Amino acid sequence: MTFILQNIIDALSLGSLYALIALGIGLIFGIMRLMNFAHGELMMLGAYALFFTVGQPQAVMALIAIMFVVAIAIIMERVAFRPLRGANPATLLIASFALAYFIQHLVLLIFGARPKSVNFFFELSEFFVVGGLRIPKLQVATIVLTVLLLVGLVLFFRRSSIGMQMRAAAEDFEMARLVGVRANTVIAIAFSLSGALAAVVSLLYVIQTGTLSPGMGISLVLVAFVATVIGGMGSLVGAAVGGMIVGVLTVALQAVLPIELRPYRDAAVFALLIGFLLVRPQGLLKGRAAKERV
Amino acid sequence: MRHRIERGLLFVWPVLSLAIILVVIAALISLGPTLLQRVATEALIRLIVVIGLYVFIGNSGIISLGHVSFMAIGAYSSALMTIPPQMKKFVLDLPPFMTVLLLPAIPAAFIAAMVATLFAILIGIPLMRLSGIAASMGTFAFLAIVYVVISNWKAVTGGQSALIGLPVYTNIWVALIYAMFALILAFAYQHSRYGVRLRASRENEVAALATGINVRRERLIAFVVSAFIVSFGGVLHAHFIGVLSSSSFYLDVTFITLAMLVIGGMNSLAGAVIGTIVVSSLGELLRLMEVGVDLGTLHLAAPRGLREVGLSFLMLLILLFRPQGLTSGKEFFLPSRMTRRFLAGNTTSSTSCARSRSHRR
Repeated sequence: MTFILQNIIDALSLGSLYALIALGIGLIFGIMRLMNFAHGELMMLGAYALFFTVGQPQAVMALIAIMFVVAIAIIMERVAFRPLRGANPATLLIASFALAYFIQHLVLLIFGARPKSVNFFFELSEFFVVGGLRIPKLQVATIVLTVLLLVGLVLFFRRSSIGMQMRAAAEDFEMARLVGVRANTVIAIAFSLSGALAAVVSLLYVIQTGTLSPGMGISLVLVAFVATVIGGMGSLVGAAVGGMIVGVLTVALQAVLPIELRPYRDAAVFALLIGFLLVRPQGLLKGRAAKERV
Repeated sequence: MRHRIERGLLFVWPVLSLAIILVVIAALISLGPTLLQRVATEALIRLIVVIGLYVFIGNSGIISLGHVSFMAIGAYSSALMTIPPQMKKFVLDLPPFMTVLLLPAIPAAFIAAMVATLFAILIGIPLMRLSGIAASMGTFAFLAIVYVVISNWKAVTGGQSALIGLPVYTNIWVALIYAMFALILAFAYQHSRYGVRLRASRENEVAALATGINVRRERLIAFVVSAFIVSFGGVLHAHFIGVLSSSSFYLDVTFITLAMLVIGGMNSLAGAVIGTIVVSSLGELLRLMEVGVDLGTLHLAAPRGLREVGLSFLMLLILLFRPQGLTSGKEFFLPSRMTRRFLAGNTTSSTSCARSRSHRR
């Protein structure tokens, strides 16, 4: 019983983390049809921002990291993606791949490949002990934070004017522009939100692992990409649900697989997902972006 | 008769010109120092992979991030058939019939390519059901699967430790011959009905569907043909280095081959060749800068990693300012004056004329 509960909490917290990443990617994809590889590098840069502000109060560190990542996200949009607006999704995909590779190797060039360690919110790695159950505080924090962010995002999209404009833009970008939605504003805000989500993920990631390296972003992004495809491309709810599914599946396989097969866990997760796409190629929730309009 | 030869020349010129360029470069370099020959051999191996990528990406318009896994499958399959049995017994834990299996280089290469092709069929069937960008993500997931399996399957691939003892037979001429083979196959595919149908779907999927093209099937055919070509790149790579490790078949190769295709122009075979030549030369130049020069007591060297940063920056510039690549997605045609002279007085040439015009777009 304890074993099952422990795994359920593990699954929820890992799922939350993936959901946050998938949301950050899905937000941009919905509006621009851009699968943003560089999202992983945003998370990596967030971690580096923490590394270079060690010594400040932790809240200040977190704030600086978030502001830094948001700034980078906005610059990225302005310099690399704005000139490509309206290009086909394949070109955007390659551009973001090149950008991610560029940022990653620039960091490698400047700071070296060796992983670095940071002590950040170390107190969160303690446990709550309930009965025989040991629950890491960080997992609780991750789940709570994700729920809060999701509620916040929903309110933002439903209630605020700019949120509604973003939904309109995701529905039909051209039409939204015709009725007065400002393209540049909406896209800049989408990138800032996506950057903020990336920064939150990098905070959680650094608290959990305590380490950072130039290559840390890419594996997270890979998982989140698959999550957005599973959820249905272009659907935000789908992205969150997809992230959660991938997280739960990963933890479940970790628990179920015999020890000699555990190294193949990630391969098994991806294989199951490709299998799922055989049955339902459009994903769980069919996003508006799934098919090109005529 | 003369007309037929001329029209034939006109038709094959796009591929013939590329072949001539490659043969001339290879012949010149084969006279040069050994190190340069190795660089050129590696570039030719990359070229095979890029041509393979082009067959799928260029004709379908869908980016594949997973073709390097076919390289890996080809490389490891060929390794298992060519490493001497006593060595296999020592480092791997294979079923007996695989342990004693020892094949000559060429049959092993073709069987390895067949294995990769089989994987391409199996994985292509579900993936080609996805719409464009989702299919790209699916191929990426496949890359990750193959990488994880190869890095952990100690009994068959050696896992984290490198697999050694492969016979080394790839030199510049072997690589050139296989590259020619890849070039001709890609050109033949491009001009086959399958290639034409697939390019129609690239230009306008809805219209292609409306004219009765089975887009999924055409994509699958291209996927399989391209995996076949790419796997030879893996085989040659394996027998060039003589050592296999899983990390040499992951994101770095994926990036560099994709960069070559994009920089050259991903909509034409000429783009694949030119991109590979340009990126390989530039990469070598940047590598030499990383090695640096000695000026008396002073050692001048660029920081390590400059190659990757430089190439990704170039790729971004190309995407921003010349999105169709250096070749603008065009093939090499004979100068129009010659074309006209060839076609003049030939009243039955309207089809070939229309054909060449449609490729010029």
